[in-house]
Amino acid sequence: MNGKARKYWTLFWSTFELSACTFGGGFVIIPLMRQKFVDELHWIEEQEMLDLVAIAQSSPGAIAVNASILAGYRVAGFAGALLTVLGTVTPPLIIISLVSLCYQAVRDNAAVNRIMAGMLAGVGAVICDVVVTMTGGLLKGRRALPAVMLIAAFAAVRFFGIGVVAVILVCGAAGAADTVIRASHAKREETESGQSRPDKGGGS
Amino acid sequence: MIYLELFWSFFQIGLFSIGGGYAAMPLIEQQAVDIHPWLTMGQFADIMAIAEMTPGPIAINSATFVGIRVAGFRGALAATFGCVAPSCVIVMTLAWLYYHFRTLTLVQGVLAGLRPAVVAMIASAGLSIVFMAFFGQRSLPADISGIDPAAVFIFAAGFFCLRKWKLNPIAVMAGSGLAGLILYSIV
Repeated sequence: MNGKARKYWTLFWSTFELSACTFGGGFVIIPLMRQKFVDELHWIEEQEMLDLVAIAQSSPGAIAVNASILAGYRVAGFAGALLTVLGTVTPPLIIISLVSLCYQAVRDNAAVNRIMAGMLAGVGAVICDVVVTMTGGLLKGRRALPAVMLIAAFAAVRFFGIGVVAVILVCGAAGAADTVIRASHAKREETESGQSRPDKGGGS
Repeated sequence: MIYLELFWSFFQIGLFSIGGGYAAMPLIEQQAVDIHPWLTMGQFADIMAIAEMTPGPIAINSATFVGIRVAGFRGALAATFGCVAPSCVIVMTLAWLYYHFRTLTLVQGVLAGLRPAVVAMIASAGLSIVFMAFFGQRSLPADISGIDPAAVFIFAAGFFCLRKWKLNPIAVMAGSGLAGLILYSIV
């Protein structure tokens, strides 16, 4: 297999594997996808992955499908995106087709239920691990705003039942406002001190 | 034509569900139970259970299940591709925009603002799953004596392996399933 074919195959197989192994929807597949594409394959950067997750979450449709489209597009353009969509929908197509044939037997099987209960606790551990890692990345810049926004967004979603789209819109606007304020601040400091300062950069 | 109807119904479900699988559920109910005579309410509840306990996105799982019930495997294909079609168009457009404009300072500011929101939402969903595993419900109950010790043990062991040895999450999930099979058989 040449390099390009191998890349396509790895893309398809990665998303196939992730989709076949993730129980419980989009928020579970995101941590696994991050691990695969950021840590293991080094195809996507850490911060970039967070951006892609934000886009996947605020777009219509299944988060897992959206995230794999973005990852596929990033790695191999349009063809890559089609491959990752195919990789993501094929396992459920096969599994559900089989399950629908013998649904009653599977639902009442004690061994299946025990495995499921164990995996649920395992998924919880995987998500907590990723949240700890991601929070560390956010706070690395030692700025107060990301920490405040993290707590506020968590409270909004968890305790006040505010919708995902509303939280995303408000946080995006806050980030934009922060950038504008800091840019004008830096400009004023520059003119007051009368000498040019190195650019501190936009986001943290 | 039934395939077209399935495609179109799930196209709408894919288009209007924002925020993941749980957002799609009421839309599926509306399309498959109220508008079309495809499912009874009891079958719809069964689909919820199946979608929860099988891997893959909930919307895709239900699309496949409804499609196969109504029109066999080809029905499943029609419903599934209807479900992902809006995502393909919209998300690819957004991806193109992102990679063209992400170097703009203002766009970077917006994206920097979105990052804490993303982490917060994953944290909240993670907490729901941990509570689900420990207590069988999505929020912390007033009385925590009903806690499931086997689940707590599997969670703690899994978390330790991930933090300490950076174990592959899929390996941790497989180990958790095995541990569940053993522990719940003993208890």
